[in-house]
Amino acid sequence: MEVTFKKNKVAKKRSAFPVAKAIGSAFLYIALPIVILIVWEIVCHAGVVQVYNMPAPEIILKDAWEKITAGVLWKHISISFLRVLEGFLIALVAALVLGILIGLSKTIERITELTLQILKPIPPIAWIPLAILWFGIGESSKLYIIFYGAFFPILLNTVDGIHNIDKKYLELGRVYEVDRLKLIRKVVLPGALPQILTGIRVGLGNAWVCVVAAEMIAATKGVGYMLSNGRSMSRADDVILAMLLIGIVGKIMDDVLKLISGKIMKWS
Amino acid sequence: MADKNTVLSIKNVSKRFDELQVLDDISLDVREGGLVSVIGGSGCGKSTLLRLIGGLDSPSEGTITINGKEVKAPSRKVGFVFQDHRLLPWLTVSDNIKFALDKTVDNQDEIVDKNLKLVGLEGFKNSYPSQLSGGMAQRVAIARALANEPDILLLDEPFGALDAMTRITMQDELLKIWEEKKVTMILITHDIDESIYLGEQVVILSDRPGKIKKIVPISKICHYERNGSEFARTKKIIYKEFFKEREFDVGYVI
Ligand SMILES: Nc1ncnc2c1ncn2[C@@H]1O[C@H](COP(=O)(O)OP(=O)(O)OP(=O)(O)O)[C@@H](O)[C@H]1O
Ligand SMILES: [Mg+2]
Repeated sequence: MEVTFKKNKVAKKRSAFPVAKAIGSAFLYIALPIVILIVWEIVCHAGVVQVYNMPAPEIILKDAWEKITAGVLWKHISISFLRVLEGFLIALVAALVLGILIGLSKTIERITELTLQILKPIPPIAWIPLAILWFGIGESSKLYIIFYGAFFPILLNTVDGIHNIDKKYLELGRVYEVDRLKLIRKVVLPGALPQILTGIRVGLGNAWVCVVAAEMIAATKGVGYMLSNGRSMSRADDVILAMLLIGIVGKIMDDVLKLISGKIMKWS
Repeated sequence: MADKNTVLSIKNVSKRFDELQVLDDISLDVREGGLVSVIGGSGCGKSTLLRLIGGLDSPSEGTITINGKEVKAPSRKVGFVFQDHRLLPWLTVSDNIKFALDKTVDNQDEIVDKNLKLVGLEGFKNSYPSQLSGGMAQRVAIARALANEPDILLLDEPFGALDAMTRITMQDELLKIWEEKKVTMILITHDIDESIYLGEQVVILSDRPGKIKKIVPISKICHYERNGSEFARTKKIIYKEFFKEREFDVGYVI
């Protein structure tokens, strides 16, 4: 009896304060960054580090504010973002089409296997020199690097996702004489979708990493340019600001994709 | 020879997987509108037999004909209900049923409504399988299997995963559907009660390789009285085919 009573009490307590629980969870979420900021602040003011190399948070904030009011911050972010979007979308379409073909056809899989296996380990940044030789230092070379970074995760996950579909669903298709096209639409694609979406998230993350790398080497705008320019101007605050922006924008992009994934997979 | 009422005719069917003999010389005729349950121990080849009838696999020897035509591949005219409900998780109940329909069928919504009503799930058209209980999901699977108005409905331990209470309800409903639709049904089970309750005849398969050991005709009264004496008598007959009854030894002298 006593045990049941205690259990009830716990259950009641939990459901009685959902708001308190949410606030607690939100606090846990932001606590660590706040602690880091405080420690950072203290360290800078205690003179432990050279303010020249490691500016305090408020200096970076001031820097950010100046750049926002001057309109440059938005310019850098939007240009990087647009590059990523463009390269990513091209990669998405190409990787989905090729991935579905490979996933469905043993022959196409065999034909492309060796080539893909050799290309896969070459990191996107290793392509930068060649991309610049081929396309110059304009937009095309950056797009190529971004495309390459996003392409493989999406491709490999699409192929895997299709291969991992439960065979019993394919058998169900046989039982009801479902034609190939319907089977692809109703079984293969939705069945592989969770893994395809994972690939898309990894791909977008990679694309964001690649734009930074490409812009650091040859660009006059963008967050990667902010980084390399900050270094050559010896502006540590610019560099750190750019790094934080890269992190924050990357996180937001991933959040948005997560949200979209949840909406698409409304069945689970 | 089979008379003209025979829907399904299995003739001397054997099945081997490489060296493993699973089914041995099975012959069985099922009349139109018949209700046959097949019972046997685990791994004796029950599912294999059903898959052969459904055209998902082909016999090593012998022939299976449905309505006089040899079974070579699965057909919409043979409905299949698996032990797992096998609903596509990403499709609504309604779309899951439409999955079974050919695209040339134009009154699809009507068919969905009709069959959902038959299994008592009118209000769940737009639900996803994850929102259904096990029993409800299996009902949808039955509705899907019936959507094409099949000549035969094959059920492979359809209620095996359900709890005892739900199972009894589902058995009642299946029986009602059988009486209402007059569709030929072949039901695989490993539950003796279920085999009697859902059979005009019970086919008993022997263990490895699966062979027809006995066919027990079931009196109609068993479909109404689960606890009647006839039910108990039949149960004893089937029971004896599987287990030796222990001698009741009193152990002392009066
Ligand atoms: N495709 C296959 N390849 C090889 N062996 C198989 C195949 N399908 C079934 N078997 C074997 O055939 C035997 C009978 O299998 P089956 O699934 O028909 O048994 P069952 O009577 O349905 O058993 P259960 O009561 O467990 O469902 C088993 O030993 C199984 O391992
Ligand atoms: Mg089985």
